[in-house]
Amino acid sequence: MNGQPTHSLMKWRYIKQGVFFGVVRFAALIITLALLGIIVFLLAHGWRAITWDFLTLSPMDSMTKGGIMPAIVGTFYLTVGAIIVALPLGVVSAIYLTEYAKQGLFIRIIRVGVNCLAGVPSVVFGLFGLGFFVVFLKFGSSILAGALTLGFLILPTIIGAAEEALKAVPQTFREASLALGVSKWRTISRIVLPSALPGILTGAILGVGRAAGETAPIMFTAAAFFTSVLPRSVFDEVMALPYHIYVLATAGTHIEQTRPLQYGTALVLIALVLGVDLVAIVLRSMVRRKKRW
Amino acid sequence: MIIQTKNVDFFYGAFRALTDVTLDFKKNRVTALIGPSGCGKSTLLRLLNRMNDLIDGTRVEGEILFEGQNIYAPNADPVEIRQRIGMVFQKPNPFPKSIFNNITYAPKLAGIRDRGEIEALVEESLKRAVLWDEVKDILTKSAMTLSGGQQQRLCIARALAMKPDVILMDEPTSALDPISTAKIEELIDTLKKHYTIIIVTHNMQQAARISEYTGFFYMGKLIEFNVTEKIFTNPDAKQTEDYITGRFG
Ligand SMILES: Nc1ncnc2c1ncn2[C@@H]1O[C@H](COP(=O)(O)OP(=O)(O)OP(=O)(O)O)[C@@H](O)[C@H]1O
Ligand SMILES: [Mg+2]
Repeated sequence: MNGQPTHSLMKWRYIKQGVFFGVVRFAALIITLALLGIIVFLLAHGWRAITWDFLTLSPMDSMTKGGIMPAIVGTFYLTVGAIIVALPLGVVSAIYLTEYAKQGLFIRIIRVGVNCLAGVPSVVFGLFGLGFFVVFLKFGSSILAGALTLGFLILPTIIGAAEEALKAVPQTFREASLALGVSKWRTISRIVLPSALPGILTGAILGVGRAAGETAPIMFTAAAFFTSVLPRSVFDEVMALPYHIYVLATAGTHIEQTRPLQYGTALVLIALVLGVDLVAIVLRSMVRRKKRW
Repeated sequence: MIIQTKNVDFFYGAFRALTDVTLDFKKNRVTALIGPSGCGKSTLLRLLNRMNDLIDGTRVEGEILFEGQNIYAPNADPVEIRQRIGMVFQKPNPFPKSIFNNITYAPKLAGIRDRGEIEALVEESLKRAVLWDEVKDILTKSAMTLSGGQQQRLCIARALAMKPDVILMDEPTSALDPISTAKIEELIDTLKKHYTIIIVTHNMQQAARISEYTGFFYMGKLIEFNVTEKIFTNPDAKQTEDYITGRFG
């Protein structure tokens, strides 16, 4: 058994490689097709519902007519609120975990905790939010309670992304700055964080998408079945797109009649999430282009 | 005498990287540290400005005095020490900022605000690092667009801008071409009027050309320390002789 593989062995290798690539390509294709399928399906069923009135009016006639403007506004507030809660907390946690804490048992326990948090079903977050924010802290069913609940839900995503981003910053940057007699905290805030920004943005994107789409966590903490007025403070209830879909599709008395509205709402939700993703991706590539190393 | 190490032992965890190193670095002189790979040159250099603090699980024993003060005393501030003892690394490591901002980054954080003062500092530092003529028209361009040799001189200028007393250099030319290397060697020669320079190098000719004193290390021990000429012409230790004549290393 030495040296040169035989001709048939090489051929076998080519076949194996070909099969492997085929499988991988097929998997990628299926994912893309699934996404496309969902979008096409929603477009086909929902595009008729999308009108100017649909986007700018409140629901009318026990939600069989009118629009979804309060739900759009509500989802916007909840999502922005969740990011305001989770982004600073997540980034600070990630800084602690990667830059300050000595690697050891304690840190490993925290990491396991963060990962477990990521695996907790979203309805459990909803119940936690109900028990803690709504009842115990007496926030009531409100934007505040919903945003906090969603914030905790997306925290692990953001911590994970921020940690990865911080770890990807070359150690030589830290050394260069520290060796100039710049303190550790300033090295982190002036050199490390700016370099990690694109990756942190990615985490925020994922967080926004998740927060905007979740139903269970806001069901008991923030979402109103129906309101025609817009919220005036963070203690008001709001309608939200995912919950609105759920309500129209299951709890209304005119389920069949409102099908187009359901698809229309889903379409708006998807468009919003993809829109946010797009903005963030563009932003990220702009930041990246400015910082090459 | 600007820096003295006294019976220094150093450990990475349980691994002993330096054993009983006692050594004096003279002010405004160039001292070269030589020895085979893994003998502890970089470890010693990084001890002098407390860069080894960054590595978890390390331990120093003995004393390192900078102008008579033990830099490992409990009340010694590593930030202040690093402002006075600058460092240039093996691989050029400019920040992903403009040339101008690379130089002003640390001085600004140290409190220099005046625009005129800052501009003067940039010019002076770049001139001292013999880079001014090449970059004076492109100060706002990213430092990443410079050549490797220019980047290394920028890193030297960046260190000079903090007005340190000592500059530590860890194989500063090993990633550079011969022309850039020659430029940096010339530069070191002019810098020694104002600064104490301690340089690690694998290049025997370089050590002989640029340094006044040379320390030879082997397996974490300082085998021999003397004026460079003596080390390279008539070393006391057999190991030193073997190393400089290329018999091992
Ligand atoms: N971070 C570290 N953790 C553990 N051991 C280390 C670490 N850095 C260096 N060492 C060990 O300490 C010893 C001295 O390393 P050092 O980098 O000081 O050598 P050196 O003389 O600079 O070598 P070279 O010429 O290759 O740069 C080596 O045996 C090395 O493996
Ligand atoms: Mg080294």
